Amino acid sequence: MKLRRSLLYVPGNMPGMLQNIPVFEADVVMIDLEDAVPLQEKDAARLLARNFLRSYTDRNKEMFVRINGLDTPYALDDLREILPALPDGIRLPKADNPEVVEKLDTLLTEQEEHLGLEIGHFKIIPSIESAQGVLNSVLTAVSSPRLVALAFGAEDFTASMEIDRTKTGEELFSARTQIVWAAKAAGLQVIDTIFPDVNDMEALRAETALIKRLGFTGKSLVNPRQIEIIHEVFRPAAKEIEHALEVMDAIKRAREMGTGVISLKGRMVDAPVVTRAARVLKTAIAFGMIDFDLTDEVIHGEK
Amino acid sequence: MAKNSLGREIPALWRGRTLDPYVDPWNKKPEVLRATRPLVRRHPSDSKLLPSLRAALEKCELRDGMNISTHHHLRNGDLLLNLLVKELDAMGLMDMGIASSSVHDVHAEIIPYIRKGVITRIETGVNGLIAQMVSKGELKCDIIVRSHGGRARSLVTGEVEVDAAFIAAPCCDVTGNMNGVHGPSACGSLGYAYTDARYAKKVVAVTDNLVRYPAAPISISQSDVDYVVQIESLGDPKKIVSTTTRVTRDPAGLLIAKYASEVIHASGLLKDGFSFQTGAGGTSLAVADNVRRLMAENKVKGSFGCGGITGYFVDMLEEGYFETLFDVQCFDNRAVDSMRRNPCHREISADLYASPFNRGCVANMLDCVILGATEVDVDFNVNVNTESSGYLLHNTGGHCDVAAGAKLAIVVAPSIRGRLPVVRDAVTTVTTPGETVDVIVTERGICVSSKHPDLVAELKRRNLPVKDIRQFHEEITRVTGKPRPIEFEDEVVALIEYRDGSIIDVVRKVHE
Repeated sequence: MKLRRSLLYVPGNMPGMLQNIPVFEADVVMIDLEDAVPLQEKDAARLLARNFLRSYTDRNKEMFVRINGLDTPYALDDLREILPALPDGIRLPKADNPEVVEKLDTLLTEQEEHLGLEIGHFKIIPSIESAQGVLNSVLTAVSSPRLVALAFGAEDFTASMEIDRTKTGEELFSARTQIVWAAKAAGLQVIDTIFPDVNDMEALRAETALIKRLGFTGKSLVNPRQIEIIHEVFRPAAKEIEHALEVMDAIKRAREMGTGVISLKGRMVDAPVVTRAARVLKTAIAFGMIDFDLTDEVIHGEK
Repeated sequence: MAKNSLGREIPALWRGRTLDPYVDPWNKKPEVLRATRPLVRRHPSDSKLLPSLRAALEKCELRDGMNISTHHHLRNGDLLLNLLVKELDAMGLMDMGIASSSVHDVHAEIIPYIRKGVITRIETGVNGLIAQMVSKGELKCDIIVRSHGGRARSLVTGEVEVDAAFIAAPCCDVTGNMNGVHGPSACGSLGYAYTDARYAKKVVAVTDNLVRYPAAPISISQSDVDYVVQIESLGDPKKIVSTTTRVTRDPAGLLIAKYASEVIHASGLLKDGFSFQTGAGGTSLAVADNVRRLMAENKVKGSFGCGGITGYFVDMLEEGYFETLFDVQCFDNRAVDSMRRNPCHREISADLYASPFNRGCVANMLDCVILGATEVDVDFNVNVNTESSGYLLHNTGGHCDVAAGAKLAIVVAPSIRGRLPVVRDAVTTVTTPGETVDVIVTERGICVSSKHPDLVAELKRRNLPVKDIRQFHEEITRVTGKPRPIEFEDEVVALIEYRDGSIIDVVRKVHE
C-alpha cells in the first residue's frame, strides 16, 4: 500500500521553497503551477519546476505537479515542459467530469510514447472542486486506469456553491461523503481538501480526525508544519494494532477449527471484522510500525 | 606573521600589541594577579552627585589616549555612549578608546568622532555599521572583538584598563547603589557592568531615575561607585529590550529545532539536574519549546537556565522546569519583570557567567547550549563575526565561552542561507574553535563531531538523519554551487580574541 497521507503543495515559482522539498516528510509533494502562481510567472514557474525535478533524482517521496486547468491556455505548455522531467503524476484541477480526465489521459499517453516510457507511467489525481464535479465523481473515479486517488478541493467547491467555508465544515459534509463513496467504489485512495489556517493546529487535528472517520486516506496541505499532525492522526493507535493482531490470531484459530467465525473477548469475529483488522495492519506495516506477514491467504484463509 | 593552531595567519605585532596565537581551548593559563583599582576615602558629608556628564568626565581626569566603558543592556535604545563621545569631543580629547561590553547600530552616531580621531579604538565587539565601515577601510578604528567571558577576563587581569566606566543605572540613589529592574529605562540584569564596577579606575553611575536612598534591591553597590549623574533619559524604552522574541513558525526552523531537541534527548543529558542555555532567536526558542515538552514527558526537573534570558525561560522557571535562572542580560520585558519579583531569577556578572580565568564560571556547569552560526566548516569551526561578504558585523557574545564550558554544544543553522551553503571548506572567520563544538544541526541533517561515536550510534538508532560533515558539505554545495571566495587585502582591521586572550583569527580589509 502506497502511503498518501499528506500531499503538500509547494508553489512552483519559489526557488527557496522548492529547494526544501527533500527535507520535509510529506508522502507526496505537489509542485503547484496553478493557483499559487500569478499569470506573469507561469513561464518561470514551469522552468523552475522542470529544473528542480531534473535535479531531484534521489527522490524520497512521490512528486506530482498541479498543472493549470485543461480549459486554460497554460495546461499544454505545463505538460510539455514538466513531463520530460518525469514527475510521478499530475494533480488535475477542475475535474468536473470524466471527459477532462480522459483528455489528460490521452495527452499523457502521447507524451509517454514520445518519451519512450511505459504507458501508464504518469499517475493522475483529479481534483473535484465544483458541484458538477461532485455529482460526476462516480464516473470520474473510473475514467482512467491512471487514477490512484480522488481529491477534494473545498475552496473552489464552496465558491461554486456560493457559500462560505467554515472551520467546522458542515457545508462540506455531503460533498465529502459523495467523493469518498465514489473513490471507495472504484478502489481508489481519497484525499481531503487543504485546511487553510496554518496557525490553528488543534482545528487541523480535529478536521483530520473527522475526515479519517469519513474514510479519507489523506489530506492536501499548504504548510510543512501541518505534516506531523496529519501523520499523527492517520497513524493507527497501538491499541488498534494490538486488537487487529488478536483478531488475526483468533480467525486463524477459527479456521483451524473449521469455522469462519469465533468469539474474541465476548465479541464476534467474522469476515468484515477481519477485513477491518487487515486494513489497520496494512497501514501499520506501511508506517513501519510493525513487521507482519499479511498476505491474502492470511486475510481470507485458504481458497 | 605566524599561523595559529587552526592555520590562521596572525601577525606578530598589531598596532603596538604583541599577539599571542591561539593554541587550544585549555592551553593558556593566567600568570598575573587580579588587577587593582585605587582606594579612596569618603567622608559622610561628601556628595557623589554631579550636575552633568561633562562634570563627571572632568572629575575622572580623563586624558588623551584613555579608555571609557559602558554596557549594552540598553541595546539599540542606549543613548549614553553617544552622549559621552560628544562630550569627549567637546572637551577636546583625542585618541580615546571605547572598552564597552558591546557597541550596537544605535552608536553609528559616533562615526564622525571616529573620523575626527576622538575615538581611535574599540576594545570589544561591534554590531553593525561601524564594523562594516572598518572592514571596507572607510573608517580607521582598531577593533578587538572579545567574548563576554573574554572581556570580563581582560578587565579582571588588567589587560584592558578602563579609566572611567559609565554605568547606565535605571534605578539609582545618590550614593550609587543601583539596579536595572525599576524605572523608565529598566533593562533587568546589569551583569556586564558588574565587572566594570569592580575594576574600572573610576565608576560613574548615570541615571534617569534618581530615587531616595537606598535604591533597592542593590545590584551594584555604592562602595564601588565614585560619582552619580542624573540625566533626562538613558534611552528609548521601546528599543531597550526586544518584545518580539517568539518561537519560529518557519517550517525549516521548526525541523531544525526538532532535530536539535532529539539530539539533546539522545545524548542522555536530559535528566534531573539538567542545565541549559539557548539564545533569543526563533529557532533557539523552538528548541527550548521542544526541550520543555521532553522534560514534561520524562518528568525531568532541571537545575538552571542561563545566558540572555527571555520570557520563555521565565515560563520554564515558573512552571518548575528549572530551579534557577542565571541572568547576565534580559532579552525582553517579561524577563525584566521576573527578575524584579522572583528571587530564583538571579542576576550574575559576566565574570561569573563565562570568564575562563576565575575559580569556576557558570558556563562550565552547563549541560547543553544551543548556539547559532553564520558559517561552520568541515572541522566544526564556527563563524558568528563576519558575514559571507567578509564584513565584520557581529559581536561574539558568549559563543566561544559556553561552547568551551558546556558538555554538549549544539550549533543550529539553516543549511542554505540566501543562496549560500552554511557549511564551508573553511569559515571566513573563526569565532569558536571546532574542538569545542559537538553537533551541527540543519534541516537537512545532523553532523556530529568524531568525539561522540556513541551519540552517532544512538541518533542512527532513532532514525535521525546523521551525516558526515564532509559529505554533507558536498551535498549542500551540489544545490548551491561553490561560492566564489572573498578577496581580502593584507591589512588587518580587527582581532578576534579567543576567551583566553589568544588570537583565534583576524579580520582583514575586504578588497572592493
